[in-house]
Amino acid sequence: MSELGADPMRGVPWPSNGLSEVPFRLYTDPEQYRLEQERIFKGPTWSFLCLATEIANPGDYVATTIGETAVIVTRDGEGRINAFPNRCVHRGNLLCLERQGNVKEIKCIYHGWTYDLTGKLTGVAFERGVKRQGGMPPEFRKDEHDLAPLRVAELAGLVFGSFRRDAPDLESYLGPQVVGGIKRVLNRPAHILGRSTQVLPNNWKLYFENTKDTYHASILHMFLTTFRINRLSMPGGIHIDDSGGHHFSQAKLDYAAEDADYKREGLRSDSDMRLEDPSVIESVDEYGDGVSVQILTVFPSMILQQIRNTIAVRVIHPRGLEKTELDWIHLGFADDDETMTERRLRQGNLVGAAGYISLEDGCVGGLVQRALRFNDDDSGVVMMGGYDAQSQPFRSSEAAIRGFWKKYRALIGD
Amino acid sequence: MDDLAVRLGVHELIAAYVDCIDEDRLEEWPDFFVEQCRYLITSRASHEAGLPHGVVYAASRGMLVDRVTALRRANIFEPHRYRHIVGPISVEGSDATVAQAHSNFIAVRIMHDGEMSLFAAGRYLDRIDLTSKPYRFIERLVVLDSQKIDTLLVIPL
Repeated sequence: MSELGADPMRGVPWPSNGLSEVPFRLYTDPEQYRLEQERIFKGPTWSFLCLATEIANPGDYVATTIGETAVIVTRDGEGRINAFPNRCVHRGNLLCLERQGNVKEIKCIYHGWTYDLTGKLTGVAFERGVKRQGGMPPEFRKDEHDLAPLRVAELAGLVFGSFRRDAPDLESYLGPQVVGGIKRVLNRPAHILGRSTQVLPNNWKLYFENTKDTYHASILHMFLTTFRINRLSMPGGIHIDDSGGHHFSQAKLDYAAEDADYKREGLRSDSDMRLEDPSVIESVDEYGDGVSVQILTVFPSMILQQIRNTIAVRVIHPRGLEKTELDWIHLGFADDDETMTERRLRQGNLVGAAGYISLEDGCVGGLVQRALRFNDDDSGVVMMGGYDAQSQPFRSSEAAIRGFWKKYRALIGD
Repeated sequence: MDDLAVRLGVHELIAAYVDCIDEDRLEEWPDFFVEQCRYLITSRASHEAGLPHGVVYAASRGMLVDRVTALRRANIFEPHRYRHIVGPISVEGSDATVAQAHSNFIAVRIMHDGEMSLFAAGRYLDRIDLTSKPYRFIERLVVLDSQKIDTLLVIPL
């Protein structure tokens, strides 16, 4: 064990068995980062791969990553979804270079080895040699060299993958409440309205914690307060699954009262801090339950967001100790009319890299990361709302962050 | 209308636009647009796929004003500026009232501590109203070559 860093087997030491003192070195230690790739992303977890609609037809594929590990997701001729490492069994070359496409088979550009859409090795160039010379030895058998399949599971149009056979099935992994939270938002066929990637100058965990942090929302993000928008929102609760890793938080809004309030206020002369064009927040209660914000996380890397009528999946891709790529996939639904689509596009200004209530999250992780440089020998204080990781009927709490560390510690085995 | 005069007016509009942003006179930025305007920052990938969502979208001058107000008074971020360099401008035809133009640009981001980086490259696809002087944008599509945005985007492009 090195004195300054993580134990190569057990990771960064914690000051206690609790969840409320989080060592800063977890964000700065390269050994810890390596452990996370092995034990979390390639561990008994489920990671978001793509939307089922992105691979609707036979031959469609998406190339993505679980953590940093490159994987391919395909739809085969039987309509089944497959996933396997994006790495040729021969010399380890990347098989699919583009993010998305449609192919009959997967062919490695390096030496022409080919695979079918289930990952089965079907062709080895010059397998029998050229003019009876060279070629593979007679005992070489292609069927011993298929791409190792990942487990895949689909839930409400979201496709997940896992490297591990001993991971619980997806719905048991998530627990009934989180499954319910996903099905609530994705309750009808969705399509993609747009996508972008935000490159964050920080460790992936800082962003994932941020999405579970219901404490910072009204403090760091001043847009709603400044424009006096959220006066009629009602605090909701936090639901955390038994493992701690997944959660969703909700807040409600009296949509009709807000609409009336904003129109009335807009007529007054003291309206300098009111929006010139409030269409950016004009919302409808599309789920009929008054919930205006639901932020849901799936450990270790997915967020499903409903903020008013903007629906998005965010996917966390670690890209080194101090770099994270965050994919934003903005969604609409099959039953949206033109007005609804326009409403979603306008509210799209609220979120993403340029989002009125999210752009601060792009820089705050980087600020933390900078502050921790060679100053990481203490622990952060995560005690808001108590010490454990239970569901709570209020949001001024860090319970969901503690839940993240509960699951994280169980997997790392510190 | 005099073709050369239109070209000159379009050039002046585009030059004044980036000057306004880079010199931090953002309060004037909405005035480069007509009242019923369309401003969208998207990526080449989304644009070519016909996906309508943009990272910034305004469907009225009021929405542009709100962007500036939010940036000045609500949003929190590390201070920075851009320097835009706009390449040759193509005016692709116009009638008496509307011209279409496109141009390439890069925007360098200069952080408050002096750190500089290439923040964005892309194309401006413009529809320009010629009925008032100076000219104004009816529509400005900012099509970024990359779908990746470093950290955050708060100052308009």
